[in-house]
Amino acid sequence: MAERGGRGSGGGHGSLDKSITLPPDEIFRNLENAKRFAIDIGGSLTKLAYYSTVQHKVARVRSFDHSGKDIENEPLYEISVQEEITARLHFIKFENTYIETCLDFIKDHLVNTETKVIKATGGGAYKFKDLIEKKLGLKVDKEDVMTCLIKGCNFVLRNIPHEVFAYQKDSDTEFRFQTNHPNIFPYLLVNIGSGVSIVKVETEDKFEWIGGSSIGGGTFWGLGALLTKTKKFDELLQLASKGQHTNVDMLVKDVYGGAYQTLGLSGNLIASSFGKSTTADKEFSKEDMAKSLLHMISNDIGQLACLYAKLHNLDKIYFGGFFIRGHPVTMRTITYSINFFSKGEVQALFLRHEGYLGAIGAFLKGAEQDNPNQYSWGENYAGSSGLMSTSPDVYPMQRTRSGTFDMLEMDRLERPLVNLPLLKDPSTYIPDTVDLTDDAMARKYWLTCFEEALDGVAKRAAASQPDSVDAQERAEKFRQKYWNKLQTLRQQPFAYGTLTVRSLLDTREHCLNEFNFPDPYSKVKQKENGIALKRFQSVIESLDSLGWEERQFALVKGLLAGNVFDWGAKAVSDVLESEPQFGFEEAKSKLQERPWLEDSYSQWLQRLKDVTAPSSPSCPFLAEGNPVQPAPGWL
Amino acid sequence: MEPPRSCGDGAEEEKKPRRRGGGADAGPPQLRRRSSGGADGAAGPQPRERGGSVSRQRRDSVRKNRPLFPWFGLDIGGTLVKLVYFEPKDITAEEEEEEVENLKSIRKYLTSNVAYGSTGIRDVHLELRDLTLCGRKGNLHFIRFPTHDMPAFIQMGSEKHFSSLHTTLCATGGGAYKFEQDFRTMGDLELCKLDELDCLIKGVLYIDSVGFNGHSECYYFENPTDAERCQKLPFNLENPYPLLLVNIGSGVSILAVYSKENYKRVTGTSLGGGTFFGLCCLLTGCSTFEEALEMASQGDSTKVDKLVRDIYGGDYERFGLPGWAVASSFGNMMSKEKRESVSKEDLARATLITITNNIGSIARMCALNENINRVVFVGNFLRINTISMRLLAYALDYWSKGQLKALFLEHEGYFGAVGALLELLDSA
Repeated sequence: MAERGGRGSGGGHGSLDKSITLPPDEIFRNLENAKRFAIDIGGSLTKLAYYSTVQHKVARVRSFDHSGKDIENEPLYEISVQEEITARLHFIKFENTYIETCLDFIKDHLVNTETKVIKATGGGAYKFKDLIEKKLGLKVDKEDVMTCLIKGCNFVLRNIPHEVFAYQKDSDTEFRFQTNHPNIFPYLLVNIGSGVSIVKVETEDKFEWIGGSSIGGGTFWGLGALLTKTKKFDELLQLASKGQHTNVDMLVKDVYGGAYQTLGLSGNLIASSFGKSTTADKEFSKEDMAKSLLHMISNDIGQLACLYAKLHNLDKIYFGGFFIRGHPVTMRTITYSINFFSKGEVQALFLRHEGYLGAIGAFLKGAEQDNPNQYSWGENYAGSSGLMSTSPDVYPMQRTRSGTFDMLEMDRLERPLVNLPLLKDPSTYIPDTVDLTDDAMARKYWLTCFEEALDGVAKRAAASQPDSVDAQERAEKFRQKYWNKLQTLRQQPFAYGTLTVRSLLDTREHCLNEFNFPDPYSKVKQKENGIALKRFQSVIESLDSLGWEERQFALVKGLLAGNVFDWGAKAVSDVLESEPQFGFEEAKSKLQERPWLEDSYSQWLQRLKDVTAPSSPSCPFLAEGNPVQPAPGWL
Repeated sequence: MEPPRSCGDGAEEEKKPRRRGGGADAGPPQLRRRSSGGADGAAGPQPRERGGSVSRQRRDSVRKNRPLFPWFGLDIGGTLVKLVYFEPKDITAEEEEEEVENLKSIRKYLTSNVAYGSTGIRDVHLELRDLTLCGRKGNLHFIRFPTHDMPAFIQMGSEKHFSSLHTTLCATGGGAYKFEQDFRTMGDLELCKLDELDCLIKGVLYIDSVGFNGHSECYYFENPTDAERCQKLPFNLENPYPLLLVNIGSGVSILAVYSKENYKRVTGTSLGGGTFFGLCCLLTGCSTFEEALEMASQGDSTKVDKLVRDIYGGDYERFGLPGWAVASSFGNMMSKEKRESVSKEDLARATLITITNNIGSIARMCALNENINRVVFVGNFLRINTISMRLLAYALDYWSKGQLKALFLEHEGYFGAVGALLELLDSA
């Protein structure tokens, strides 16, 4: 019940594929600095994890001491680009058939000799133990599957925004991402491998196997193979998605002639799975049988999950395991079942990085001395593949599985992320005004906007490092990478969670950093900040001369105008291109009249009146040295 | 336990519309009336009156408020029709003389045969003898036939002019609804439709109270976890409440019963007897339930299922899982080599074990959620199915660490039909 089987045809030891050549810049990056390896080998997919350090440029600001000097012609601060070393976690997922090629590759590129052991987990770990030890010269140290899974789950729930989603097949947005809740416990993890394990997780280190079921992914696969003579898991799912279960199942209406009204059971409910196949002389189609089997298994798992959730008083159920792993078909049937049996009280939840949990957990076990749990880690959008649908029927654009390397990279953040203590309810606070996953029109608009601005950004990036010989080349690589990300997001807007203008900017920043451009705008910002600071005094004076109410409005307009520059909307970039002298006053004058698109100014003003004495000093606006921050909540 | 109910005297009984006026003086002429004109036998709880012909009645020999013979209870399930028939043994000479030909022939036909047509079967071993029902002494017979023969059954009723008997046919199960129209048009019979869960509980409580010809109706398995010492023993269900009633027919319904009138359907699952039989037909080509069970009794499910020990080499101690537990039903069938090496018997056995364990698991969770520790399993899935019964007993005992007890009833699948018969008597 705890086994995490694999998916697909399952690469046996005997069928290792050595035909591929791995591009060193894209897969298994930073191996020269890698340490603390961990591996999770499932029935057909291997997940490898390691820790590396990345050296990259950061822009640091140092202000000059201008006391007593003529500041008219001097810059107010200096920007120095420094080399900084940060920690990065790498997770790579590939088919078991490539394991030998991958191990050879790692051996060839591994420089660090401190590494002596590799943590291993997953059902296939024992099978490849000798191969790993021989190839890498590392001792394989096995870790408990479920412990790794839970550790990994806690880690992604804590660190990755929009890790969790609900699946809604029949809505415009199939993936409904959830805002991270500050408190992730307690929850139920239902892992559907070949069997089903139901684990209750109460704290970081406290979890309990509370039950399971033998009817799981292995039943679908094994029984499906017997019934349909179809050998592969993915093909069985495809068959199921084309079938009609009503030809095989006995429905309530087959027994009652209609609904069972006394109990409010609809006529379309399944009264008896395979109840119509109780005859030796009738033929049933493969598709219909596969569909019936899928319903039978999904409903059963959903029912048991609800019974366990009820008994333990839990309302968060995360589903994982190869039966679920990115398959819209099974996510849909499981979601249906949970809705039905819990009468809507419990939501079926899924994880974007579900496939990595074991590897992440095993890695964390091996890296305990580095205390990775003390830090906050952020998903690096440049180095991560993002969530892909693996159902070719639903998403014909998606990559083919074979030869695919899926990646997740996470950077250690400079400081731990905490919730803003002023927020009324951090779990419901959404800093973004437009959900581009949801709003197709807005998505198109913004993606086009970022595409059209890309050449300019690349140019500016190259120009920001005039002394570097390869700046042009790197800028072009950046351009290509970000372009590809934008194309991915056009096809799969849900790839990195809820798509927002902020996430598009973050992705761009990650791509820029990838090619060592810490801030292409630093020179521009320096110039503009110089100008701004020189005008600072007069702006303050003019604000102070206003009456209290007028001043609040002027401040808000100032904030909006300032943010207009940073958000880089197309209209603004057009203006900037055509009017080089466009400045703060011009931006303010271009602001729309109230009411704004999202306008709660009056309430805000009222609240200010209620809580503060009308004497607050005005604040200056400076171009931010850091990436764009979320818009204020009232915007 | 409530005493055997005599008819119409229960003060708590809902007063149901009756068709019987003071028709005690209805004379013999009508007895021989063979035409079915205006036959509205609806004396049951369902106030479905067709036409207004209530004046002429056959005479009940004892002239009491009891329904006309024959007394049937019908439960039309998704796969099987269950029929109980009360055969009066205290027929007086006078009564015998007055008995219509029709009625007599039905009685003789049902009681002198053990098989009807090619598919109807009387479970002689379940017959309840010397029962007193509504002041009449007699035997209760238990008959079953496949639901797909329902049209033929109705046809037969029509040919035998069943409607001329002016009896009420009380029926429960989904088929009471599904075939209502057929009964009306083909058989000129108006069914009295009854809720299947009401009937089920009524039937269980009644049969348990009268016992099984001097023996206990309810039994359990002692030492279910020990194959050597395991034995079937009577269980006294004197204070039955609360109990969890798990009815395993084609599908499964699970009821929490708190008193005779207070019960709720907790949940159900579509993985039931129909699933076992349906999958067996597909996997082995068998064509009867008996054949499927026979195959299962000879197979080895551990060749088909992946056990905990197949994955961990032994027990999975981290979670306290024993090595013999099934980790993945049909899990070994993911491998081509193993698919080619299993027999049909192994597959039948694995199907039986899978379905049974799953029902046990859901029942156990319901019992925990409802805080009930006695679980009564009924339904025709358990007929001649000792493997499943012992497995349920074992699984409930093992996984609950002895907290839950699995109980079984001798008349497995007939309680709905018995309940329907009791409704007929109560309504009179």
